[in-house]
Amino acid sequence: MHVTVDGEEVPVRPGQTIAAVLHTLGRSRIFCGIGVCFDCVVELNDVPDVRSCQRIAADGDIVRTRS
Amino acid sequence: MTVVVIGAGPAGISAARAAAVRDASVLLVDSGPSVGGQFFRQPYDRPRTLPGVEHLPSTVVWAVEGRRVHLLSGPVDGPDRRARTVDADAIVLATGAYDRVVPFPGWDLRGVYTAGAAQILAKEQRLPIGKRVLVAGTGPFLLAVTKSLMDVGASVIGVLEANSPARWLRTPLAGRHKFGEAARYGALLARHRIPYRTSTAVVAANGDGHVQTATVARLDNDWHVVRTEEIEVDAVCVGYGFTPRTELAIAAGCVLANGFVQVDIAQATSVPSVFAAGEITGIGGADLAAAEGTVAGIAAVGGDVPSDTLRKVRQGRRFAAAMAQAYPIKPGWRSWLATDTIVCRCERVTYGALCDAVETRAATGARTVKLVSRVGLGRCQGRTCLRNAADLTGVPFPERRPIAAPLRLGELAAEEEE
Repeated sequence: MHVTVDGEEVPVRPGQTIAAVLHTLGRSRIFCGIGVCFDCVVELNDVPDVRSCQRIAADGDIVRTRS
Repeated sequence: MTVVVIGAGPAGISAARAAAVRDASVLLVDSGPSVGGQFFRQPYDRPRTLPGVEHLPSTVVWAVEGRRVHLLSGPVDGPDRRARTVDADAIVLATGAYDRVVPFPGWDLRGVYTAGAAQILAKEQRLPIGKRVLVAGTGPFLLAVTKSLMDVGASVIGVLEANSPARWLRTPLAGRHKFGEAARYGALLARHRIPYRTSTAVVAANGDGHVQTATVARLDNDWHVVRTEEIEVDAVCVGYGFTPRTELAIAAGCVLANGFVQVDIAQATSVPSVFAAGEITGIGGADLAAAEGTVAGIAAVGGDVPSDTLRKVRQGRRFAAAMAQAYPIKPGWRSWLATDTIVCRCERVTYGALCDAVETRAATGARTVKLVSRVGLGRCQGRTCLRNAADLTGVPFPERRPIAAPLRLGELAAEEEE
């Protein structure tokens, strides 16, 4: 299973959140971790403002971070 | 009859189970992929099942109108979630709570997390927030988080408790079970030589983009800074108790008291056929939430609540009261802020701008302060900042959010067509 983060292909495990994937890359903006604060929003498959801490990664997801 | 239980944490699970065994048709709704809620954070591959309960995972309730519940099911934040509307005979609200964090300089740096975020990353995703971590805030949850961090290999260099709760640990009101839990955590900290410091807090996080050091302060009784030192860290997690998620209860018309949903002995709210259980009725932990959930589930189907369950609730509330007394938030935290400290993270409203709105521009009501400063008007709808803004300005901000969860216009339009 892979997702693409800012153009880079990254392996993911089943059940991993997008935020967890970004965290392993040192690029997450997690603060509350439970979908309350919206700090961690990313663009996911061309949809803006998706809370990465609440979204389970799916094979082929394309993630764009703000930074 | 149809009972809709909103929230699948300890309270919601118990409510659903209690209603289901009494032959109600039970719908258990939760935004997570499996039941468990924020307390039973569990690895993704171990879902629980509840016989007789229809569990709707990955489902948000975005509005409640009377006893009509509006749902969206599918991957978080859309854009193609399935809409569903359910007319319930009874509703059990078990929406729980989230961490409260008081602001301090640098709390918006990367590497600063809520205690809850640290807990979830560790327990669900098996990831430590950092290698060299400080845990700070108040309340016994800090100890649970510390253990989880250690389990995933983080080096916790200190647990900083802003209060000095030693006396509380000796009071019989605290309950033997919880005393044992605290003692076990204490032994764990001692074994790993992790300092547990009371009357101490992180009052600033410093670094360029990412936290590199924490300013750790010795506090007086009111939480004013007595003296400080800088400690090198790569992550800090902070928790000052919990904020109940009351927006659905408010939308349903339930009366609140001191910010919590008011319930009677049967967990009934002020609205007929609407019940509430768990942290939204008062912060008391998982055991109390589960007991309240059982009461709510039985009451929702018109059953008689066994007296031993009611006794459990009473005991739990005594414990909760003792805990609230031992771990208050003291007003001195306000002195930790500088004028350029962010209060509202979404709209980047500083403490100075907030003061300016109230003092110079004479904003007095919640609406005016929001419009003048933009505090609480961002994406999180003030969930993170409004309680702090209320404490800083003296202006109370209502927690009214008629659209309780974000939804896409396309999803709203799709529901209209059906």
